Amino acid sequence: MAVTGTTRDQAAILAVPRPISAAIGVLPLAPLGSALGLVLGAVLRRHRRIFDRLGTHAGKRFGLRPTDLPFALVLHADPARPHIAVSRHLPAHGLHARIAGPLAGLAGLVDGRLDGDALFFSRALSVEGDIEAVIALRNAIDDAGIDLLGDAASLLGPFAGPAERFARTALDLAGGFLQTRSGTGRSGRWN
Amino acid sequence: MELICPAGTPAALRVAVDAGADAVYCGFNDETNARNFPGLNFSRAEMREAIAYAHTHGARVLVAVNTFPRAGAVALWERAVDDAVAAGADALIVADIGLLAYAATTHPAQRLHLSVQAAAANPDAIRFYREAFGIRRVVLPRVLAVREIAAIARAVPCETEVFVFGGLCVMEEGRCSLSSYATGRSPNMHGVCSPASHVGYRDEGGSMVSRLGDFTINRFGPGEPAAYPTLCKGRFRAGEASFYLFEDPVSLDAAALLPALREAGVTALKIEGRQRGRAYIEAVVRAFRRALDALDAGHPIPPGGLQALTEGQTSTEGAYRKGWR
Repeated sequence: MAVTGTTRDQAAILAVPRPISAAIGVLPLAPLGSALGLVLGAVLRRHRRIFDRLGTHAGKRFGLRPTDLPFALVLHADPARPHIAVSRHLPAHGLHARIAGPLAGLAGLVDGRLDGDALFFSRALSVEGDIEAVIALRNAIDDAGIDLLGDAASLLGPFAGPAERFARTALDLAGGFLQTRSGTGRSGRWN
Repeated sequence: MELICPAGTPAALRVAVDAGADAVYCGFNDETNARNFPGLNFSRAEMREAIAYAHTHGARVLVAVNTFPRAGAVALWERAVDDAVAAGADALIVADIGLLAYAATTHPAQRLHLSVQAAAANPDAIRFYREAFGIRRVVLPRVLAVREIAAIARAVPCETEVFVFGGLCVMEEGRCSLSSYATGRSPNMHGVCSPASHVGYRDEGGSMVSRLGDFTINRFGPGEPAAYPTLCKGRFRAGEASFYLFEDPVSLDAAALLPALREAGVTALKIEGRQRGRAYIEAVVRAFRRALDALDAGHPIPPGGLQALTEGQTSTEGAYRKGWR
């Protein structure tokens, strides 16, 4: 075949460096849970159509495990009372589905930069449980056009614009730093 | 040649149009189309808005109503035809003879394309659809070599469209019963192959085991690229050997064959993947737009860089380079 190689954005699944992950591991989870709850609320206020696409799967509980971070998330996709909780480990029971992958992969799925099937093919992403619910969630989120930084920054009202620009610059710098350290732009553990 | 691109959601349709699609194909959110997946497809209102967006940006929308109506439920398919016409669809993609007859008689001015699901793979069959229902284009099944496509294009009184990228079927399009055997639901009747409701994945010490209904489909070792959990791409074991029996888990990539397909007289090139995300749509559409622009300019086809998006992280030219005949 004449066509070979990889699409850079699809291949560049960067893992959070272990020292940073370890440092996060000693922090209390409650403030993180509160912050994520606010972001979830902002996202869902801007993208109510997500629940339409979830259909009969709205109300289910999804366990999200960033494999490069020392905590996990439980998303309760209840249209009336959406909720996200943070814990050290996913609960053994009460989840409809579990989704695991590096933070950058999960975030890339949320804001549409990465293709879920491609992550699955590459084994960067793993899913268990109610696969129909996972597919519905993936499609609902992909259609929503979520902009995680923009949605989160909207919480800051008049400071949203400067905060978003600052966050994007910081992420670009961090991404460049990690790319340099990894050499190839790929996660050694996942790709 | 026209570039025909997939869209499973309104957001994906906008991405495809913005990335350079000449036309986008999509379907309603029910079993009338062959990608009836949870959370996917278009409501009636979304279809009207999507068609308006495409037309504003100079692209066309082809609505797939390409599953086979069930006895006793034909009205669902006829309503899909009526609603697609009312929404302003530029063409309907249809497979079933009865539904083609309904569309041709009820909406005689509507452009009709024969779906790949009809499996029309020779000039006589295609001429029949042209004479009986006035189809303007046939989407050719992925069983033909380029030389066979050229022979068909010369012989038929309508346009031809061929797949150039994406998932492959097991050369029984419109006739495959593997999914139905395992789950009771099929792409032909229900619009879904290997429905997610019957799929399971399990981690076994770093290996991933995929299941469909009561069948173990595959076991992928640590780090081994994975594939869709379809029976046709199941890995079988006989004695000490394990192997793919029907089809390897690979994606079609015919970018290198674009000059030959143009020479063969093909009208349109189709990208598979209505079930894929916006990132896939944008990357693949842009890559093939660049390739077509290069072809028109007389330049070599540039590398697409699409390997990371392919099933099993591997691509093939499929039957287009048929080496076994």
